[in-house]
Amino acid sequence: MAKQSKPATRNMGQILRWLALFGGGVLMVMPIAYMISTSLKWPHEVYNVNLIPVEPTLDNYLYVLEDGRFYMWFINSGIIAIVTTISNLLFDSLVGYTLCKFKFPGRTIVFIAILSTLMIPTEMLVIPWYLMSQSFGWLDSYWGIMFPGLMTGFGTFLMKQFFETVPDDFIEAARIDGLNELQIWWTVAMPLVKPALAALAIFVFLGNWTAFLWPLIVTNSTEMYTIPVGLSGFGDEADVAWELIMTGAAISTIPTLIVFLIFQRFIIRGVVMAGLKG
Amino acid sequence: MNLYRNLTIKQKQIVWAWTFLAVPVVFYSVIRFYPTATAILISFQDWNLLGARTWAGFDNYIKLWNDPVFWKVFRNTFAYLLIGTPVSLVLSFVIAYHLDKVRFLHGFMRMMYFLPFMTSAVAMAWVWRWFYQAVPIGLFNNILASFGIAQIEFLNSTTNALPAVLAPAVWAGLGFQVIIFMAGIRAIPTSYYEAARIDGVGWWVVLTQITLPLLRPTIVFIVVFSSIGFLRIFDHVFNMTTNNPGGPLNATKPLVLMIYDTAFNSFNMGYAAAQTVVLFTILMIVSLIQLRLLRSN
Repeated sequence: MAKQSKPATRNMGQILRWLALFGGGVLMVMPIAYMISTSLKWPHEVYNVNLIPVEPTLDNYLYVLEDGRFYMWFINSGIIAIVTTISNLLFDSLVGYTLCKFKFPGRTIVFIAILSTLMIPTEMLVIPWYLMSQSFGWLDSYWGIMFPGLMTGFGTFLMKQFFETVPDDFIEAARIDGLNELQIWWTVAMPLVKPALAALAIFVFLGNWTAFLWPLIVTNSTEMYTIPVGLSGFGDEADVAWELIMTGAAISTIPTLIVFLIFQRFIIRGVVMAGLKG
Repeated sequence: MNLYRNLTIKQKQIVWAWTFLAVPVVFYSVIRFYPTATAILISFQDWNLLGARTWAGFDNYIKLWNDPVFWKVFRNTFAYLLIGTPVSLVLSFVIAYHLDKVRFLHGFMRMMYFLPFMTSAVAMAWVWRWFYQAVPIGLFNNILASFGIAQIEFLNSTTNALPAVLAPAVWAGLGFQVIIFMAGIRAIPTSYYEAARIDGVGWWVVLTQITLPLLRPTIVFIVVFSSIGFLRIFDHVFNMTTNNPGGPLNATKPLVLMIYDTAFNSFNMGYAAAQTVVLFTILMIVSLIQLRLLRSN
């Protein structure tokens, strides 16, 4: 869009628009701001509606972390989110690439089958998954938490769309150079779709970091909880105070917020890409 | 290896393709398709997880049809959809439309709106739950009290609880929709707007004749995406009402929470599976209707 020739400040309507949007934006971040501010307050100050703590303290964090459980949940969530992200990046792109760049009998059927998994809600699968986990001894294990999310139809579809933009000539040239198909996928095609891989990584990581329903069902010992499941139970302990719940909530949210603040432009572009392509 | 070398180029391609697809095809069959079939099968059975699985025919579905709790849950689920989707659609469009025209601190403003999308639903459910508490704990009632306004029962009232649970869900998804709308608005060629300016057309006509019609694909995407989200609402509801899941008299209980309760608290697997099949059918019908309505004319 062309820059406006008149400075925005001369335009009354523009100022009002800016102020209204700014006010809306402040309202949007308020719950997050209150979460962080309360996690820094002493218990007697929690019920004060002031956003800025009078005497900020890290005591709540020390208390929650000394308890030890949040460490475990944090590590569990981290391991699960990282492994599922790597698995999705590899398999979704390999399948997307194969469906896009290879001609072989059964291609359409495989594509339609994978696409059709987008229509099946997770909620319908949790009961069979639970029964499977039970009979294979996967309940209450990392594998049990992450097996359903190792590949996704959404990721495969997204990657297939992006491999369409890789010219076939590049692949032909690599074949003439004597690379095998696995090498071509990894060294030629993958580097060309890096933005799509980044978008997919963000979605999968965030999705698994915040996943709740399936981890709630499949875990039953405190040591195996992920951060959302742990936090959910932690808040229910009758004697836990609100400043500690806010600290727990902050511990589960702050990592994603930091990642967002660092990679902001990148993430927003990724959301747009995935949104418009998916 | 010799066998492979003797193949034609075309045959080699087929071998490679199926080598690449082998693991994923097994994965999708075992982790997606087989469970889908199992869920449908269990929905016709009676099973409490310990005893034998007995054939029940349509009993579970008939039971569901006659279950007043199901109809309450059904109404709740559609209330989430029918309030949540239009509210978030209109809000996100209005925000995106204006945000697109703002230059000063544009990136910062966009960040403020997007930030909630990066939070975890469970953490934020607890934050909002705290906001909704009665005096002296809850933030909202404390603010109301400082203006001398009587306190409001948010989560403990049969009428207020559902909107109170829906609000954070709308809040959390808004940023995503704003970003998608802004991308859609940016994608409209400026030549359309220039032509309109030369013709001296007012902003309302520009909005309704150019911007909105050209945003149709974006609107379709957002409506389908957000209604699927609202029909599957669970995390927010579960965590805002854990002491009494589903709120007072099931006032906030959505279908997914009913499924969770039936399967993993009452261990009534057949009945829960029937509920999942109903959820699947609703999701399918709603998305098909929306795609048809919004794509035609």
